[in-house]
Amino acid sequence: MTQNSTPHDTSSTLPSPAAVHDSDQLADEFAQLPRLLDQEPNLIRRGKYFDARFRIEIGEIPFDVKVDGGRIVTFDRGPFLMRPWRFVVRGTAEAWSALWSPMPQPGWHDMFALTKRGCMTLEGDLQPAMANLQYLKDLLVLPRRLRKAS
Amino acid sequence: MRAVIEPIVGRYMSIDLNGRPHRLYFEEAGGGIPLVCLHTAGADGRQFRHLMLDEEVTQKFRVLAFDMPWHGKSTPPNGWENEEYRLTTAAYTDMIIAFCRALELERPVVMGCSIGGRIVLNLAIEHAAMFRALIGLEAADFQSPWYDTSWLNRPDVHGGEVCAALVSGLIAPQSPSSMRNEVLWMYMQSGPGVFKGDLYFYRVDGDLRSRIAKIDINICPLYLLNGEYDFSCTVEDAARTAKNISGCELTVMEQLGHFPMAENPQQFRKYILPILDRISSATSAT
Repeated sequence: MTQNSTPHDTSSTLPSPAAVHDSDQLADEFAQLPRLLDQEPNLIRRGKYFDARFRIEIGEIPFDVKVDGGRIVTFDRGPFLMRPWRFVVRGTAEAWSALWSPMPQPGWHDMFALTKRGCMTLEGDLQPAMANLQYLKDLLVLPRRLRKAS
Repeated sequence: MRAVIEPIVGRYMSIDLNGRPHRLYFEEAGGGIPLVCLHTAGADGRQFRHLMLDEEVTQKFRVLAFDMPWHGKSTPPNGWENEEYRLTTAAYTDMIIAFCRALELERPVVMGCSIGGRIVLNLAIEHAAMFRALIGLEAADFQSPWYDTSWLNRPDVHGGEVCAALVSGLIAPQSPSSMRNEVLWMYMQSGPGVFKGDLYFYRVDGDLRSRIAKIDINICPLYLLNGEYDFSCTVEDAARTAKNISGCELTVMEQLGHFPMAENPQQFRKYILPILDRISSATSAT
């Protein structure tokens, strides 16, 4: 597509292409994360020095995740009372659903595309997250495999 | 066992940049119209290796790419250990001009990506008459930051790994895995604080919004191309930039991100070959 200096519809103005915006349904997909990680020995290898307890929020549904040496050792679905975490990744249902699309759309395809868009946040003590960033990003897109398989 | 020797040749030059002696590494292939390629922040000239191996390009163009000082095989200047690297608009501009003059390139084309795209805009503002054509890939007069650069150079986070992890999202999901990981490998190899120092130019010193309308494409044609998956320099950023330059064309590249020439060379050539053809045709006609 070639254009002559005229603005046009771009990625960040497009609505989310996601079909599923239901937090419960998305949380059911995310709940398969430990099983999905077990199928990824290279990802586990790359997380060898990643030890952290963190929270992931799928819409309004929180998950308590503890990773030890790249393996998930605690994985609970909330709600919780007073569970600690070092960092939290919060995303809207729309954001997670778009991120997990088999072929995500421009502007919806990466954690930082979503934080820039304003529908995902990364908060708390970010050192373990940043020191293991590719691992964390790859971990959090594993549910995409469920969509590809379906 | 036979080996395939590529036609790319690498050389070093000793050159003064901004009053200091430097040892600069550059590669080149092909012959004809000089086409100087500028790599992205925190990377090096290898990003253009596919273009240098494309005979449709090299039969008409002498493709050159230098590693900026501090990048790739170009070492930092003596005394680097006593300073914090920070790229500035003035230093970047002077470096490109010095390189072109050192090789006596006659009215070269300059194509830059990301920070290279931004500086191409400055070349169009300040030095248009020196160039045959200018090409900005992922180029805008300004773009909003999307992460805190203080994470790029600190002892408790591996700089190479975090730089690569951040930019990995700027690559289109359709790009081949081997190419994606080669792009990331270059980021992992970058020296400490170099990516961060480049981004000083990108985020602090290189805001061109107040001067962009000065560009006159009648003096030197300017082409902008932007990958649809680039959320750092978005299509909107490039479109706003093009809109403020009378007659400037923007090509939106589908299934490409922030590193078009390196992340998916086959897809990129669909977009860049017609533009290079136009430049070579215009040269033949004169």
